[in-house]
Amino acid sequence: MSIATIFEIVLAAVVLGLGIWTIVVRETYSATVGFVAYGLLVALIWVRLDAIDVALTEAAIGGGLGGVLLLGAAAQLRDSEPAVTDAAGNAVRVCAAILSALTAATLAGAVLVLPDPAPTLAPAAVSNAWATSLANPVTNVLMAFRAMDTMLEKVVLLLAIIGVWSLAPDSAWGGHPGPRHQADPHGVLVFLARLLPPIGIVVGIYVLWTGANHPGGAFQGGAILAAMWLLAIMAGLADTPPVSSRRLRLILVAGPGLFLVVGIAGLLFGSAFLSYPPAQAKPLILAIEVAMILTIAATLGLLLAGAPERRTGQ
Amino acid sequence: MSGVTVFGLCAAAAVGLGLYGLITNPQPLRKIIAFNLLGSGVFLLFGVIGRRGAAAGMGNDPVPQALVITGVVVAFSATALAIALVLRLFQTTGSTTLSNAAPSGTGSNPSGD
Amino acid sequence: MLPPAPAPDAATTTSGFLLVLSIVVPIAGVLLAFVLGGRYVRLVAHTIIPFGVAIAGAILLALPQNEGPLVYLLGGWPPPLGVALRADGPSAVMLATTAIVICAVAIYAAADFSVPAAETRAPFAFWILLLAVWGALNTIFLGGDLFTLYVALELLTFAAVPMVSLDGRAETLRSALRYLLFALLGSVFYLVGTALLYGLHGTLDIVLLSRRVGAEPAALVAAALMTTGLLAKSALFPLHLWLPPAHAGAPAAASAILSGLVVKGSFFIVVRLWFNVLPGLPGFAATQLLGALGAAAIVVGSMVALRQERLKLLIAYSTLAQIGYLFLMFPLAYDASGRLASGDALAGGLLQAVSHATAKAAMFMAVGSIYAMLGHDRITGLGGVARASPLNVLAFALGGIALMGVPLSGAYLAKDLLLRSANENGQWWWEIVLQAGGMFTAAYVVLVLAHALAASDKPIALAGPTSRIRDAAPLVLSLCSLLLGLVPLGLYLPIPSDMTSSLFGPGILSKLLLPVLGGVVIAILLSPWPHPLASSTSGKAIMTGATRVRRGSLALGYLVERTDEALSQWPAASMCLLLLALLLGALMCVAT
Repeated sequence: MSIATIFEIVLAAVVLGLGIWTIVVRETYSATVGFVAYGLLVALIWVRLDAIDVALTEAAIGGGLGGVLLLGAAAQLRDSEPAVTDAAGNAVRVCAAILSALTAATLAGAVLVLPDPAPTLAPAAVSNAWATSLANPVTNVLMAFRAMDTMLEKVVLLLAIIGVWSLAPDSAWGGHPGPRHQADPHGVLVFLARLLPPIGIVVGIYVLWTGANHPGGAFQGGAILAAMWLLAIMAGLADTPPVSSRRLRLILVAGPGLFLVVGIAGLLFGSAFLSYPPAQAKPLILAIEVAMILTIAATLGLLLAGAPERRTGQ
Repeated sequence: MSGVTVFGLCAAAAVGLGLYGLITNPQPLRKIIAFNLLGSGVFLLFGVIGRRGAAAGMGNDPVPQALVITGVVVAFSATALAIALVLRLFQTTGSTTLSNAAPSGTGSNPSGD
Repeated sequence: MLPPAPAPDAATTTSGFLLVLSIVVPIAGVLLAFVLGGRYVRLVAHTIIPFGVAIAGAILLALPQNEGPLVYLLGGWPPPLGVALRADGPSAVMLATTAIVICAVAIYAAADFSVPAAETRAPFAFWILLLAVWGALNTIFLGGDLFTLYVALELLTFAAVPMVSLDGRAETLRSALRYLLFALLGSVFYLVGTALLYGLHGTLDIVLLSRRVGAEPAALVAAALMTTGLLAKSALFPLHLWLPPAHAGAPAAASAILSGLVVKGSFFIVVRLWFNVLPGLPGFAATQLLGALGAAAIVVGSMVALRQERLKLLIAYSTLAQIGYLFLMFPLAYDASGRLASGDALAGGLLQAVSHATAKAAMFMAVGSIYAMLGHDRITGLGGVARASPLNVLAFALGGIALMGVPLSGAYLAKDLLLRSANENGQWWWEIVLQAGGMFTAAYVVLVLAHALAASDKPIALAGPTSRIRDAAPLVLSLCSLLLGLVPLGLYLPIPSDMTSSLFGPGILSKLLLPVLGGVVIAILLSPWPHPLASSTSGKAIMTGATRVRRGSLALGYLVERTDEALSQWPAASMCLLLLALLLGALMCVAT
């Protein structure tokens, strides 16, 4: 057994240990913390699986923004814990454990008997990269070969925003999402919120730019930008925009909107919907990605902020 | 035992854990966390399958990778929507229980019919 | 430097661009309505809808002129690397149905979700979500790739869940949350299956997979998991815990969309999966299991529906029963060749889906109007409503009659097709279920009409005004369902040409009367509420004679209701989900 394999076994064991902790621990807050750690280690597994693009995404989401979302909710719901009495009985637990274990075992069995050599589209993705002149095959799959999925997924993000906003009290419609944060102007939070965003914005844009040829892209970059924005909001340096703001709404649809416009241009003047003429493919895709990074950053930030709850000036 | 096997088993186990948590944990927030665990197991499964399909100089088939990135975004949106619902439910009723026989004592909605 | 030459069946066809438009137009509407907001959301929706209807119509016209399905390769990339959109007969029929229902609901909802000068929450969300549901459903009907279908399913869920809690009451928030969590569990199951199929065959394209999939163990596991996940999203018994509260609690227009259209999305993917991707895989036992769940859904859904005090809940539970009816097509399509054949049973099942989509949407809208007028929807308090609101009661009655399966209606043709394949395949036991299904439907329609037509001793206090156009929408929609048998659907669905002539054959009267009479008996036996006829002398005579039987059947109904309640607890329902997945996998494993 090689050192690499031992490392992998240990990594998997630690990840599963954290997973178990997350499920069985009594306090929700601890479970959330466990999940954040779990997310970061899962990103490490993705590195081991040689999927750096996914590792970046998983770190930004699983351990990053997703963690912030869960921690925030857990903090707000702390008072609700004693009210919950309908915990599952032992019989339910045993049945659930047996059924879950059986399902997992079936799944593991199915994975182990997958054919060898495995079918793959890697050669096809690599050999068709000429069509976009981007060297990162993952970006090619996302932006060209399966561009429809990516566009629809951006619409999913938009619908999530609409869904979250639709939960606002009627009186707060059009107002700002989330509470207005105040922080000690000489505190560490404000210091960080002044220091980090310039760096974070540069890093985010770099991740976007490098995504053309190396791991990275709009989603990972957008997550970093969203984190910087949130930091500024938490420190009270910025406020969430009112949901009635036309400019905000334009930003929120910029990504899928530009995608759609380029797609329709392809339908009308090019060879197909969502096709790019090879000569202009790279600038077009980069333009869409720039629009997408703005949309993603704004969407992620607003999903974390929640439903509108106060009118301007409150 | 190769890395693919180890992580394949790990993915299946994460799915099992997530399912167990989703069934037995009564609080919605815990269900949401369990759902995320379940989701990450499924994504890892894609990763293992992509890793098995390493070819043409790629250490991992780019198609499953792209599918996972799309899936992660969708799962995050789902988490955000679910949490917004839980928080709103907590604001209106003071409890987050999912069962039909909600405790009527703790500030049930006066406008409910 | 050209892309590799595509296989002959994987090239864009001449009118393929219509498929792109039918997805892109509603999505563009979503984006536009979101940016413009305020007074413009409804205007955008009402502008987009005629275009969408025209596109669906154009696809209906273009399909018969083309040999085989309409195909569009997105970005010009052929599968497996790229994604294709394909429209065959079933997709075209579902596209058209969706367009009609959306159109009717949009007319009906124009007043409920009117837009004042300043933007308000509920109309803003409703009109955008309506367009989003449409775009998602069209993607589901046209998507040729299992992962694209996953994204479309999620799009559908994200559009449907906020509709449940549009009015913001606590109980609707709880229903929405339960719906979301259970639907997410379902989509994860579906996603695991796609991962395994990709690992097996290196593609998720439906046509390519259908050529490659064999009886590998991983394929069986994938099929079992995907099917179960989709059943959870379609609320097939016993995975229905989320449906009744969500569908009954939503605003009427949203209920019409949720009950009429949204559940058909995941149902359609099950059909795609079993008939197109892996018709040879499920085997006899697994198809019988799906049918048995369907039969259980019919019995439990109908019995619980008859015990409801509120009309909206009654209709929501009857949706449960009718979803069960849809799944009877699976055992019946399994023929001597050991595969699911795309024949009578497929046509019957899809026809039933279309009938239900139109009729149920109409019924929810009619009931919504009655609710708004009376200020309540207690069934026992409906007396005199037929005089106060004749159009709505008529729409409800016609929708119900269409669903019972009276001649000319789509449900009648569907039942005939299913009965015929039951006969051909020697599966006589499903004939009983099919007949019983019609009677149960008749039972609740008769029950509601009996109350609505009864004279009221005191005049009805109207809580709200009525509008002609608004009342016309459900009426037209239920007429669509009632006259569906006259539409030349043979162009799109495998309907034998001698079927339509049987509409006018002998024995029509008995086919009409049998469900109605059965329904009357069931309604008297199973409904616990005081019967409006019970006060008349002849009614009294019947009732006393039937008292003992009735007491017994009411006790049975009570037991079924308790069982349903137990299965509607979260742990029970989610464990049923796992159990069902394992069972389906095991049955498929045994079959191969």
